[in-house]
Amino acid sequence: MGLRLPSKVLEHILSFIDSNEDRNSVSLVCKSWFETERKTRKRVFVGNCYAVSPAAVAKRFPEVRSLTLKGKPHFADYNLVPDGWGGYAWPWIEAMAAKCPSLEEIRLKRMVVTDECLEKIAASFKDFKVLVLTSCEGFSTDGIAAIAATCRNLRVLELRECIVEDLGGDWLSYFPETSTSLVSLDFSCLDSEVKISDLERLVSRSPNLKSLKLNPAVTLDGLVSLLRRAPQLTELGTGSFAAQLKPEAFSKLSEAFSNCKQLQSLSGLWDVLPEYLPALYSVCPGLTSLNLSYATVRMPDLVELLRRCSKLQKLWVMDLIEDKGLEAVASYCKELRELRVFPSAPDLDEANIPLTEQGLVFVSKGCRKLESVLYFCVQFTNAALLTIARKRPNLKCFRLCVIEPFAPDYKTNEPLDKGFKAIAEGCKDLRRLSVSGLLSDKAFKYIGKHAKKVRMLSIAFAGDSDLMLHHLLSGCESLKKLEIRDCPFGDTALLEHAAKLETMRSLWMSSCFVSFGACKLLSQKMPRLNVEVIDEHPPETRPESSPVERIYIYRTVAGPRMDTPEFVWTIHKNPEIGVSHLAIK
Amino acid sequence: MITELEMGKGESELELGLGLSLGGGTAAKIGKSGGGGAWGERGRLLTAKDFPSVGSKRAADSASHAGSSPPRSSQVVGWPPIGSHRMNSLVNNQATKSAREEEEAGKKKVKDDEPKDVTKKVNGKVQVGFIKVNMDGVAIGRKVDLNAHSSYENLAQTLEDMFFRTNPGTVGLTSQFTKPLRLLDGSSEFVLTYEDKEGDWMLVGDVPWRMFINSVKRLRVMKTSEANGLGM
Repeated sequence: MGLRLPSKVLEHILSFIDSNEDRNSVSLVCKSWFETERKTRKRVFVGNCYAVSPAAVAKRFPEVRSLTLKGKPHFADYNLVPDGWGGYAWPWIEAMAAKCPSLEEIRLKRMVVTDECLEKIAASFKDFKVLVLTSCEGFSTDGIAAIAATCRNLRVLELRECIVEDLGGDWLSYFPETSTSLVSLDFSCLDSEVKISDLERLVSRSPNLKSLKLNPAVTLDGLVSLLRRAPQLTELGTGSFAAQLKPEAFSKLSEAFSNCKQLQSLSGLWDVLPEYLPALYSVCPGLTSLNLSYATVRMPDLVELLRRCSKLQKLWVMDLIEDKGLEAVASYCKELRELRVFPSAPDLDEANIPLTEQGLVFVSKGCRKLESVLYFCVQFTNAALLTIARKRPNLKCFRLCVIEPFAPDYKTNEPLDKGFKAIAEGCKDLRRLSVSGLLSDKAFKYIGKHAKKVRMLSIAFAGDSDLMLHHLLSGCESLKKLEIRDCPFGDTALLEHAAKLETMRSLWMSSCFVSFGACKLLSQKMPRLNVEVIDEHPPETRPESSPVERIYIYRTVAGPRMDTPEFVWTIHKNPEIGVSHLAIK
Repeated sequence: MITELEMGKGESELELGLGLSLGGGTAAKIGKSGGGGAWGERGRLLTAKDFPSVGSKRAADSASHAGSSPPRSSQVVGWPPIGSHRMNSLVNNQATKSAREEEEAGKKKVKDDEPKDVTKKVNGKVQVGFIKVNMDGVAIGRKVDLNAHSSYENLAQTLEDMFFRTNPGTVGLTSQFTKPLRLLDGSSEFVLTYEDKEGDWMLVGDVPWRMFINSVKRLRVMKTSEANGLGM
C-alpha cells in the first residue's frame, strides 16, 4: 500500500503547475493524478483540431477557462490548401457550450468561423472575456456585432488577418454604453469605416484599454482624437496615413504621440508618408516593437526613425530598408531579438532593391540578442550563412526565403548545403527552420544530424531524392511539424518512417511524388494517423503509382473526420471498403 | 538500404521509377530540360531552368521556354510564401505605382480628382488583388491576381496555363488538353465569363481592360454550350 496524497493536497500542488507539457506528464502518472489534473486544468491547447474530438476535450476538462485551437495546415497561408478543406470551429463551440459554460477565452487560428459560431459564443458563455481570431474566415461583421453586444465583460477582441465579410462599420456601435471592460481591440483587417464618434466614446469609457489596432479606414484626424482619449495605450496600430499634408495635421499628430508615454508597440502605418514620420520620434525611445512592414518608406527615412529606437526588440520591415539600413539597425538597436524583412515587390523581375545577404550579416554581427529571423532575399551565399551561424549561435528561429527557387550560392555556384549545415550545427537551440535556395540531399543529412531541437521545418524546391526525407525523419528528434512543397520524391522514405509520423503533429507534402498506393499502404499500416489525399481527381481513376497533388498526414485519436469535402480522400482503415470520402453537408 | 533511391544529383536527369503514367503504363522520364516533350500533363516539377536567373552565374536556358515565358514568382501558387493580406497589399502598391506612372506618362486622361482616386484605391475601397476562378467540372477553384496582368490575352494565357496545361509549381488540373485553348475567341470548348459588381454574368472581353478589372468580382471558365445566354 503506497502513500496517497489527498486530492485537495494534490490539487494545491498542481495549481503551481502551469505549462501544458508538464500537466500532460502529470496526467500520465496514475489514475488519480489524471483525474485531479483534468479537473483543475484551466488552459487547453489543441494544435490540430482534428487530432482529438471536441466532445472528448469538453468532457475531460470541465473547468477549462481558455481554449486555443489551430485548424488548417500552415501552408494554407500561401493558398496551398483549397477552400473548403475543413477546420470548422462550430463543433468545438457546440461541445464547449454544452459542457464548459465557464469558458472565458477562445483563441482560434486558421479556422472556419461562422456568424452562428460567434452568436453561440455570445449566448453560451456568461463570463466571456477574450476572443482572438487569427487567419480565420467564414464570418461577417454581424457576428462581431453579436459578440460586442452580448459579452458584457469582454476584455479582448482581436481579429488578426482574418477574411471577414464586411457588411459595414455598424458592428462597433453594438458595444453597449455600459461596456467599460475593454483592454484590447484589433480590427485592423476590416475594410469598412467605423463611425469615429462611436469609437471615440468607446475608447473614452474604457480606462483599461491598453491595445488598440485600427483599420486603414481610420483617418489621421481620427487617430489624433483617439490618442487624446487613450494616452495610456501600450500598443497602437494606426490607421491610414494617406491624408493631405497640412502643417496643423502634423503638429497635432506629433503632440498626440508625445502624450502617449507608455507606448511600446507600434504597427499599421499603411501608406505612411515620410513627412509624417517625425511625428513618431517622441515615442521611439520607448518602443520595443515596431511593425513597418506595410510602410513603403525609403531607407533614409527608415534609418532616421530607427536610430532613435534604442530599446527595440522586434522589428518587421520591408526590404526597402536595404543593406545600409540594416547596418544602421545593427548599430542602434542593440536589444533586437526578432527581425523580419519582407519583400516589397511580389515578383522577381521587379526586385531591384539593394537588399542582399549582407543586411542580415550586419544584424547578426551587431545584435547580440537576435534569436528570431525571417528574411526574404533574392539570393544568398554560404559564406553569409556561416557568419550568421558563427555570430548568432543563440538563434531559435531561422527562416530564410531565397526568393529565386533553386538559387545556388551566387558567388560560388554551389548549393547552400554548407551554409545550412553551419546553421544546424551552430545554432543548437534552433526550434524552427525554413530552408530555401539550391539544396542537395546532403544539406538534409546535416540538418538531420544536428538540428536536434527543431520542431518545425519548412522546405520548398529542394533535395534530390527520398534520401532527403529519410535524413529528416530519421534524424530530427524533436520534429513535430514538417511541410514540404515541390520536392521530387516521397514514397520510400515515407513508408520507411511511418512510425515517426505518429510522434509528429503533422506532415504536409504538396507537388511532390507521393503515390496514391503509398498513401493507402501508410493508412493501413498506421491506424492512428489520418492520411488525407487532397486532390481534385478521384485517386481510384488513376494508377496507384501516379502521384497525388497534396497529402496531409496527422496523428489523431479521433479517427477519420466526418467533414471532408469532395476533393479530400481519406483511406478507410478497413481495406475492403477502400477509398471513401465521408462528406456530411 | 536507401542507396538505390539516389535518383541523380544536381543537373542530371531525374528518372521517376514510380511509373508516372497517363493511361499508359510506362515510366515517364522527367528531365530537367523542361518545356514540352515528355512533360507529364499531369504533373510538372519546377526545375532550376524555369526561373530567370537574377544576377546568378547560371545561364537560363531560353530554349526550354519556347512558347511561354518563364513563370513570374507571383504566378507560382503560394510563392514567395507571403500571406494573402500582405500579398494583396503589395499588389495594391503596384497598382498605385503603375497608376501614378501612367499619369505621368500622360496615358490616362487626368481628371482634377485623380490623385484622390488613387488614394482611395490604396485605402482598399477598390477591389484589387486576387479573385476566384472556377471552371466547369473542376472541384477546386483557383485564384488569380488581376493586377499581375495587363490585358485579356495575358489573363487568358494564365488561365489556360492554370487549368489546361503543364502547370508551373502545381500538378496540372486536367490531363486531356494539350493544345492552346483560345478562351477568348469562342473557338474552343470553353469560354471565359465573369460576374460583375451587379451580379450579372458576362462574357469576358467586351469592355476595355481597366473597366473590366474594376467591375469583375469573379471568373468562371464555362462550357461554350452553356454560355448561350451571354451573347456578344
